[in-house]
Formats: sequence, structure tokens, C-alpha cells
Amino acid sequence: MAELAATFAGIRSPNPFWLASGPPSNCGDQVKRAFDAGWGGAVWKTIGEPIVNVSSRYSSVDWNGQRMMGLNNIELITDRPIETNFREIAEVKKSYPHQAVIASLMVESRRDAWHEIVRRAEDAGADGLELNFGCPHGMSERGMGSAVGQVPDYTTMITEWVKEIARTPVLVKLTPNVGDIRAIARAAKRGGADGLSAINTLNSITGIDLDTFTPRPDVGGRSSHGGYCGPAVKPIALHMVQQLTSDPEAGLPVSGIGGISGWREAAEFLLLGCHSLQVCTAVMHYGYRIVEDMIEGLSNWMDEKGFRGLDDLRGISLPRVTEWKHLDLNYKIVARIHADLCIGCELCYIACWDGAHQCIHLEGSGTPAQVLAEARARYTQTPAVVAVDTAHTPPERIPRVDEQACVGCNLCWLVCPVEGCITMDRVDTGLVPESWEQRGAGSQ
Amino acid sequence: MTPEHKFAENFAEIHPPLGSREALVEANRCLFCFDAPCANACPTHIDVPGFIKKISSGNLRGSAMTILNANILGLSCARVCPVDVLCEGACVMHRYNQSPIEIGRLQRHAMDYFYDAGARLPAAAAAKPGCVACIGAGPASLACAAKLRQQGFPVTIFDNRPLAGGLNTYGVAEYKLRPADSQKEVELVRSLGVEFRLSVEIGGELRVRELEEQFDILFLGVGLGPTQPLQIPGEHLPGVMDALHFIAGYKTHRAAGVGRRVVVIGGGNTAIDAATAALRLGAEQVHVLYRRSETEMPAYQFEYDLAMREGVQFHWLTQPVAIHGKHAAEYVECVRMELGPADRKGRRQPRPVPDSNYRLDCDMVIPSIGQSRLFDFLSQFRGVQLEAGRVVVDASGQTSNPRYFAGGDCVNGGREVVDAVAEGQRAALAIARRLEEIHG
Repeated sequence: MAELAATFAGIRSPNPFWLASGPPSNCGDQVKRAFDAGWGGAVWKTIGEPIVNVSSRYSSVDWNGQRMMGLNNIELITDRPIETNFREIAEVKKSYPHQAVIASLMVESRRDAWHEIVRRAEDAGADGLELNFGCPHGMSERGMGSAVGQVPDYTTMITEWVKEIARTPVLVKLTPNVGDIRAIARAAKRGGADGLSAINTLNSITGIDLDTFTPRPDVGGRSSHGGYCGPAVKPIALHMVQQLTSDPEAGLPVSGIGGISGWREAAEFLLLGCHSLQVCTAVMHYGYRIVEDMIEGLSNWMDEKGFRGLDDLRGISLPRVTEWKHLDLNYKIVARIHADLCIGCELCYIACWDGAHQCIHLEGSGTPAQVLAEARARYTQTPAVVAVDTAHTPPERIPRVDEQACVGCNLCWLVCPVEGCITMDRVDTGLVPESWEQRGAGSQ
Repeated sequence: MTPEHKFAENFAEIHPPLGSREALVEANRCLFCFDAPCANACPTHIDVPGFIKKISSGNLRGSAMTILNANILGLSCARVCPVDVLCEGACVMHRYNQSPIEIGRLQRHAMDYFYDAGARLPAAAAAKPGCVACIGAGPASLACAAKLRQQGFPVTIFDNRPLAGGLNTYGVAEYKLRPADSQKEVELVRSLGVEFRLSVEIGGELRVRELEEQFDILFLGVGLGPTQPLQIPGEHLPGVMDALHFIAGYKTHRAAGVGRRVVVIGGGNTAIDAATAALRLGAEQVHVLYRRSETEMPAYQFEYDLAMREGVQFHWLTQPVAIHGKHAAEYVECVRMELGPADRKGRRQPRPVPDSNYRLDCDMVIPSIGQSRLFDFLSQFRGVQLEAGRVVVDASGQTSNPRYFAGGDCVNGGREVVDAVAEGQRAALAIARRLEEIHG
């Protein structure tokens, strides 16, 4: 059995799965139930001067019948008194000494205010502090959250204030709503941060009610931009995490956040160098219980791959991310359609014709318009003559690839609904690897 | 429970409507095939992935119009089509280890929306000269009339029954299609400006010659005749009622009587409709006699499965030779059959097993051995060539008399509603061309 114990910026937890700061970590009862379910840590819902929230607060993007592909919120930090939150942190730490409890903090940009909140958080027993410089809505209008995290100097300044008195590790949570996230990471490093949490939510308007014309979430006929998260943001988060973990100037351990819904995404963030993982939307969707599969799935996969602990796999995909100019121009793959698996949907055909390079063909046909014209010609037969053979794909519906013309773009493979029906196979070009950079150098 | 409630419960729809969420999930399962096999398999070639995509996007009006542009009887076809052997049978999902997309129920979803929203069709085109009579008010004529009317031609539909819709109104099992739903489609066609003259006997009060004088073109969509006689002793005894009368009776009078022990004779889809209806009306036992074996039975597999599930008892290789009874049917005298060598068409011919007669007690007999051809009625239309009682047409639906076109069961010998629609629409295209020739 693989060992899942994690250490991130000096903070230990029995596994890398932490609740991200948000509604699932709003109060002590919730965090206790999460730890009972198996979560390794929790970043408390951001603590600061209590705010007043609006109703409603969330909206989502559904896709193809699936709910909450992406989630947006306009909820602010905790609406509960500071002392209540710290009292509950102390209670949780007493009952769950092995799980990590991190206090997410946000107060106005005054040195004394930050000193006071840091002192109280550590007195309550927090294992670490996460400075919320990422919240993109509401709080930023008051000069907090992403208003700090979008300006490197503010980031450095407040991190320094915190580090002046902090005894526990200090994490800076980064906003993705910047031109280059590395600039803020470097600023946090200059301020003395011990680690980074990335990414916070993306500025978003998820949609508009086409009957009322009000964007969602609707607050009495008006709305406001919110923060976007959930499965939809994972690719953006992975990219930003990769930028951070491969930036020698930032050089801080990262807790990965953004669209982690299961063990597969968790493995991806670890492979790109993360030390811990934070989850919020998936818990909001399905509850704390999802951590069971996350732990088991990650552990089983690690066993299968021979990884004994997280250190064995952390960051091993990083060397495989490079700049485009270093990619081998002479590497060639082509699509191959395995007729025995083809169900005859012809999605690869139309995708290649309309969206790619016109190198998938149907027997005896040319353009899609010609295929449809032939079908219409058959339509003149009434009644239609159809032999219903549900088991076999009619041979004329199985497309073929012109391998000479195929550019190996992957599109047909991506649209094919049948696993293994289209494979992208390596073709030996007989040429030695050569990148764009090398080719450019050669031509000079 | 009132008899009306009881009836409604016993004849509850066999394919209930999809909820809107359910429809969305189902619509999203559709792969949206290119040159989709389901659309090819539909005799009216509805753009199936097209209308399903519009359901998933919430464009239900567009979805309904996609269906109705291809098939004006989209409502009844959604309910009565044998989708297993048509669109759903052709679905690629069969080869994807998944159940096929429920195309019939999705089509119904779009149709229900359309009718609930007021059944608004775009206005017919500006009036064009020429007038057409459609004889028979069944699916073929309705489809033909609607297509012509939409192009601006005046059309009148004639039928000898009080309600239009043909078998959709009188002959389809109640749990598939209700007369009220059939009438919705009739009203849709009427809303286009098609005129209906019902309860009119052609050849009686209205002579064919008069029709020929009044109309440029006549479309024959007269369907088939009554159930063929068994031609065995006792078939006129009280308690013997052919399947079409039986079905029309219970559909129009609701509380029609049924026997306690019912014998249905025949192995087609109508026989199954009659047998399952008899059970729903309260029969204790229903027996179906078929002279060949299970493998030769012409009924669709899903119809047979339904009858088996409901407890219909099948007697294979069994032929009735007489119906006996003092004042009414009391028992059917049956003889066992065996299958002989195949005939020219490759069908093995049944022949009686000597001395195998036995009796099957009953108090009702429902013959259902296919509809007869309307030889006498059709022979009124001069110059219209018939072959074995069917109207002969060319690829456009035109008969040997250029003023006559035809479609539906009277041409194809008895197929599905959707085939009748396809043939009615096909004829409408040719009729429109012909009218434009006539009137320039």
C-alpha cells in the first residue's frame, strides 16, 4: 500500500486531500465531519471581520445534461464572528490533532489588523495560515482579496507583515486573474511566504436567464461577477500550477487547487509538482464522502505504478512540459480506424471534413454534401428498404483514413465515442528528431 | 372506481411521456451521427439527430417543426411507429453496448410541446389554382392534403365514417394512441384549411363522376376493407366479432363488451392488439390461434413479447375449422397443423394433421386474419389499374389514370402509419407538379 502522508511547507497531514477554504469548511461541525470521512486537512473558510452575504450566491454551468460542470459564487468570507471561528478551530484541533487545520485570513490592509488576526489564529492552534489574496469578488472592491493579489508590491508587503510575527507556515493563495501568476508568486516569495495555494477562482459571469435577462446568480434583478471553479477550470489550474512549480524564482511548494473532483485530477496536480491538494466544488456537489474514492483511487494507482509515497511521483511530468519550439517536428502519428469496433456514427468523418483536414472518407463518396445527396437519392424509395441488423455496422458507414493526408491532429480520435476504435499510431518518417529551434538554427 | 376510470387505468399508455429532465438526459445521449442511420430508416426521413439536438438545446418549437416538416403526423407516428424495426432499430447505440436512443418518446416530447403550445403551423402559401379530393381520411390522405394545402392548393377530404383519422382513430390499440390524440392531428390538418366531408359514402350519395367533375386530381387513400372472413361454419354466430370491429367498438364506446374466454384467430399485429385489449377489458383468458409456428408469426417481436407478458396464451400450429354453439359461440373446433415444404416464396405451408381435432371452449371469437381488399369499391374509379386488389402506382404515386394518385394501405397492402404518411406526401409532390402543369 502506497503511503499517502503529505508534508507541505512544513504542515503535515495523513493524506494530501484538504478541504479548500469555502462553504464546506465554514464551521467546526463541518470540518469534524470531513475529518471523520477521511479528509487529511482543511483550510478554514476565510476569517476576517464578519460580512453580510446576499441571496442568491451560486450559479453554475451545466453541460450536456451534467450538472455543475463549472460553479460560480459571489459569497464573501465568513459571516460568523472571528472569535467563534477561532474557538471552533481550537476544538477541532483538540479532537483531531493529526489532521491539518489551516486558517485562511483576510483583513483590511493594515499592519496591526494583520498582526492581530495572525496572533489569534495561531493562539487557536492553527497549523498554518493561508493569506487570501485571491477572492475576486466583493472583497476586492473593499481593497482586500484579489485587490492585494493582483499587485506584486501589496502581496510582498502584507506577506512581510504576517511573517513578522507568524510562528506557523505562511501560505499565499494566488488569484488566476492576473497576466502572469509567476509575478505574484515571486512577490510572495520576496515577502517570505513558505508556500503557495493556487488557483483561486476565475472572474466569471456564468450565464444569463433568457426570460428575465438577468445574469446568474440573480440578486433581486441584478447580478455581479463571481468566482468560477469546478471541473471546468482544471486545465487552467494545471497550467498555472505548472508555471509556478517550474519557476525557479518562485521556488515555493504549491498546494494545488482548481477542479479536483477525483483521484485522477489529484494525480495530475501531483505529477506537476504539488505538495497538497485542495477541493471545494466536488464536495459542494456530492459531500465529504467523495474522499474515500480519492484516497483509494490514488493509492491503487500508485501501487500499480510502483510509487511508494508522494515524493516518488511529485513533479515527474514537469520535464515533459516544454516550450513549443523544442517539440520534434519529425514525430508523426496517423489515425487508424478499427473497423471491427466502428459503430458507424460518422462523427470522425464530419469532424475531419468540417473541423480538420479532409482526410477521412466514406467509400464512394466525396464531400459531406455529396454524402447527403446520395442519402436523399435513396429516400425516393418508398417504403424505405432497411434491413435492421443491429449487430453489424454496414460497411459503407465505416470511414477510412487517407494516411498520406492525415496530419495526426487527434480530432477524430477525440470525437469517436468508442474507446479503441480510432488509434493514433506512430509512423516512422525515417527522419531524426528536429525541433523548430534546431531547424531555425540550421537555416541560419 | 368509475368504469371510465377503470378503462383509463387498464389502457394506460404503454410508452408514457418523458419528463422534461428525462428528455434532456436522453437527448444528450444521442451521438448526433452524420447522415444518421435512424433518419435513413424512417420512411418519412425525419432528421432525427436534428430534432433531438434541438430538444437538448431547449429549442422545442424548432424540434417540432423539424419533425412536422418531414411528417405532419409526427404525433401519432411517435406513438404507433414500430420504432424497434425502424429508427431505433437502426441506432448505432446497439453496437455501443447501450440501449438505442428512445427516438419515439423524444419525438413525442417535442410533439406534446407543440400541441400544448397551441399547435401553430406557419400559414399556408398563397392560394394556387387547382383542387384536389382525397378519398379516405386516414394517414395517407391527411399527409397528402396537408402537404398540398401548405403549398396553397385547395383540398377536400372525404370519408364515410363520422371521424377522420382512419385507423389512427378507429384501429390502433388504445394504449398506443387515443382517438382524442388522433383528432388533434386531424384538427391540425384542418387548421391549414383542408376541408373535411365526413359520413359521406362515395358511390352512394356522391358519385365518382361528380367528384371527377369537381376536382382536378383525386387521391385514393382508402386503406383496406373489413377483416377477411374465416370461411368456416359458425362464423356468423353471435359472439364472433372481427378484430377491427372489436377495436373500433371499444375505442369509440369505451365500455364495449368482451367475453370471459376469448379466442383470437391470427398471428399478426392486429391480432395482438385485439388479444391484449380483450384482457384489458376484463377477459379471464385470451387464446391466440395461429396456423404456423412461433418463428413464422408475422407480428413484431415486441408485440409478441407484450402479449406474452400480459398472459395471452398462444396456440401454435392450430387452425380453427368451425365455431360451434346453440345460440352463440361456445367453442372453437381446432385442428392441429404441421409445416410442409416451403412454397415458391420460401414459406413453409401448414397442413392439417389428420384426426387431431379438439375443442377450445370460449364465449367470444375474434377473427383477425388480415384485412380484405376493396375490389368493388376501387373498381368504381375508371382507368385505375388494380393488381390483386391493390392500386398500382408509379414511383411518384400516380396511378394508371393520370388524374388519380394513391398511397397508403390500398397501395402497399397494409403497412405502417409512417409508410402511409410517406406515400401521401410523395403523391402530394407529384400532384403539385401536375396542378402547376394544368393551370400553368
